[in-house]
Amino acid sequence: MAKRAAPEVNAGSMADIAFLLLIFFLVTTTIETDTGLNRKLPPINEEDVDVVIKEKNIFTVLINDKNQLMVEEELMEIKDLRKAAIEFLDNGGGTGEDACSYCKGKKSPTSSDNPDKAVISLKNERGTTYSTYISVQNELVAAYNFLRNRRAQELYGVSFAEMQKNYDDVNYKGNKEKLKEQIEKIKIEYPQKLSEVQNK
Amino acid sequence: MGKFKKKKSGDLPAISTASLPDIVFMLLFFFMVATVMRENSLKVKNVLPNADQVEKLDKKDLIMYIYVGQPVKELQKRYGKESVIQLNDKISYVSDIKSFVAAERASKREELRDYLTAALKVDKDANMGIVGDIKQELRKVNALKINYTTRQGDISENRN
Repeated sequence: MAKRAAPEVNAGSMADIAFLLLIFFLVTTTIETDTGLNRKLPPINEEDVDVVIKEKNIFTVLINDKNQLMVEEELMEIKDLRKAAIEFLDNGGGTGEDACSYCKGKKSPTSSDNPDKAVISLKNERGTTYSTYISVQNELVAAYNFLRNRRAQELYGVSFAEMQKNYDDVNYKGNKEKLKEQIEKIKIEYPQKLSEVQNK
Repeated sequence: MGKFKKKKSGDLPAISTASLPDIVFMLLFFFMVATVMRENSLKVKNVLPNADQVEKLDKKDLIMYIYVGQPVKELQKRYGKESVIQLNDKISYVSDIKSFVAAERASKREELRDYLTAALKVDKDANMGIVGDIKQELRKVNALKINYTTRQGDISENRN
């Protein structure tokens, strides 16, 4: 019997087929952005509750329709906002019951008592550009994150971001209960009190 | 010494394209893994702003997307150049948000409804007026978890 070699399959068009598939996927899919700033909106209260907050405990940030920033009655650049917010939150000017033992600020009597009392009030106009608004939000969140990271470093030797990452990590080896407690403690010491004024 | 034949000089051998399919498949697999199917086609301009204090969104199925931006060129005759809202596949109005949220809630399992997050994908040139209106509508229907979807980057890039 004659020994016949099996004929080779022509794979020359394989590349074309693969290219076809590739182009199909390129066209029909997108690289989704799945990062962002998480916020929580305040619920609508039927009855207006008047909360008395001392003037010095409020840090007003106003963005006008020309995207200019007014912080505490003064014009400011966005790049200076983070520092100003940190200074305000970390001031710790309170005395007696309101004293803040972990603040490292100037303890000025005209700025906030302690981070728990300090409220940042953000107001924008209808004409404000969204990108400016996000920049401001980002800087304010950064101020909080900076203080939380610093406090976590002080207490536990790891940054707050690292702690949260560990908490979300299913393979984390340490004690999650304890970690949660620590995270909560820092959140209580530096709560995010960001209030947005509804524009009329 | 006859065992080692000297190479024939002369003709250039053809370049082997046998590995070309492998290369293309590799690219194909990369794109299949790194991208997702487009869920709805965008009818508005949607360039997201940058931020660097971002958190990752998890639980993809518990997110409702609200797009805001200038309508694309073809639709500008009908809708003008002002920023508009896109819900699902069509351009909508602020008043449609209530029913949109209700529909999204109804499509999720009951115990998961509280975790529903509204992701605001807003074009960076949009103005805050419309965003404020959306937030007010969301508050009315008690959908309080929101996320301003941004790209990761430095905020200095936000200025045009």
